[in-house]
Amino acid sequence: MMEGWLSAEEAQAVWLSLSVATRSVLVSLGPAVLVAWLLVRGRFPGRFLLDALVHLPLVVPPVVVGWALLMLFGVRGPIGAPLEEWFGIRLVFTSDAVVLATAVMGFPLIVRAVRLGLESVDEGLEAAARTLGAGRWDVFVTITLPLMLPGILAGAVVAFAAGLGEFGAVITFASNVPGETQTLPLAIYTATQTPGGEATAARLAGISFALALGGLMLAELIARRMHRWLGRG
Amino acid sequence: MLEVRLRHRFPGFALDAGFTAGPGVTALFGPSGCGKSTILAAIAGLFRPDEGRVTLAGEALLDTATRRFLPPERRRCAVVFQEGRLFPHLSVEGNLRYGLRRAPAGADGPGFEVVVDLLGLGGLLARRPRALSGGEKQRVALGRALLSRPRLLLMDEPLAALDAPRRAEILPFLARLRDMEGPPILYVTHALEEVDALADALVLLEAGRVLAQGSPDELSLRPDLPLAARRDAGAVLTCTVAAHDPARGLTRLAFPGGTLEVPLRREAPGARLRIRLRARDIAVARTRPEGVSIHNILPCRLVAITPSAQHPDEVLLRLRVGEAVLLSRVLRDAVARLELREGDEVFALLKAVALDHAPG
Repeated sequence: MMEGWLSAEEAQAVWLSLSVATRSVLVSLGPAVLVAWLLVRGRFPGRFLLDALVHLPLVVPPVVVGWALLMLFGVRGPIGAPLEEWFGIRLVFTSDAVVLATAVMGFPLIVRAVRLGLESVDEGLEAAARTLGAGRWDVFVTITLPLMLPGILAGAVVAFAAGLGEFGAVITFASNVPGETQTLPLAIYTATQTPGGEATAARLAGISFALALGGLMLAELIARRMHRWLGRG
Repeated sequence: MLEVRLRHRFPGFALDAGFTAGPGVTALFGPSGCGKSTILAAIAGLFRPDEGRVTLAGEALLDTATRRFLPPERRRCAVVFQEGRLFPHLSVEGNLRYGLRRAPAGADGPGFEVVVDLLGLGGLLARRPRALSGGEKQRVALGRALLSRPRLLLMDEPLAALDAPRRAEILPFLARLRDMEGPPILYVTHALEEVDALADALVLLEAGRVLAQGSPDELSLRPDLPLAARRDAGAVLTCTVAAHDPARGLTRLAFPGGTLEVPLRREAPGARLRIRLRARDIAVARTRPEGVSIHNILPCRLVAITPSAQHPDEVLLRLRVGEAVLLSRVLRDAVARLELREGDEVFALLKAVALDHAPG
């Protein structure tokens, strides 16, 4: 369908962006729920520091995040070297690297939304569930998690929409390889740097715009449905 | 048998309470802030006191001396909270089955259909909690707690969030719950009408301490307790419905010592009920009055005249009718005018319509 008016390379960029954004959200969700839980319910000395660390990607320039990832996961980095040596995994300049960079950048967005979701859960309901015979983990799975679902979904959609457009961290850590790491914003950037690329840039920008708008509207729709489902609407 | 002994210091408030509760309904009664809900939370395992020991049927649920703290899910003390606390993402049936699914295999108790019938929940099963009225929510919360097959049922002011008509709607359900062979119930309340309707035993609390413990009938006759200072102070009589007289619009209640005529009631003949005879509703006469509208004229013996602690111009008269004791609140001046002495034979006068306030 897209191939009709997009070049193969353009279509690939759109597809890669969608795939990367989806994968980065899926990778982040579990850790984000855990971190949000620690931040809201945890009582440990390093909580303040953890809070700051999680929010770092929001305030540090994305290029710096990309550089830090390059240092850590690069072929000679403290994580990258053993990864390659023991498992033969090389991240840099692959689409997995794009996913990792996008996930790190989107992580604070998901954590913030999940945290709001968790804070809205009435601890009295959890206490009631425990007096009815449910253990801590049972309560988390059957009461807490379903009740914070609106927050989790909202975070996922926002991180997905933002992930479609991650630029600085991606280009620094994963570079700009067409078909491998060239996502939508990277393709738009390349097009604007190429003589005669104005039409390509306009088409891709239009798609970016539509995807972001669609994502935000979907988030709102889901939020409304969920609130009605939970009887809060 | 539940044995409770708790100590905890809050800023500006100290809890130091001990009591026991047997089968049936034990009411923890006292003003707001006297620590009764904290006691309930400590028994349920939702609150860890500085010091204390709670045993249920010989098993320690909590014992700070041996550092024992059984988690709430292993105590099997279900709680009915004031706000219901139904799970909003589950249907009524999902809520009811939540505890049932987690009850130990060997636990005994009424089945799902029995509880649904008992509490009249049949038409609500598919609904979500948000679609329920306040009274319906509390009935579901009651059913949910009961179905978790608890060894002890804790109720934390379950009617306090409801208006008077809703309360009157739920009370009969609570009475039915009490009358089936269920777990012992610890019932926290600051409403005397609920104590009168439900309690087999009463624990009076004030400022974190137990003032007295005993049967409600006994405690309501004690002039030294704050119960005697209330506007609705009076004797509580356990009666049975003797007969209805719809033509005259009244019901005859039998109590050990005589009969009372009260406005027509809904209970079937033979039913047992508790009636509070407020001391301020009872007058005393030297001779049997003629030509008065008052239905209840009970010959009795004046056994004690106690000055009221709250009102210097009033006294409490203790009147014996057969095995029962009534209280009458009159002015000191009335005692002087009638020259009343302890031991005198008098008549207690009680208007029938003064007795239409009892719930049910």
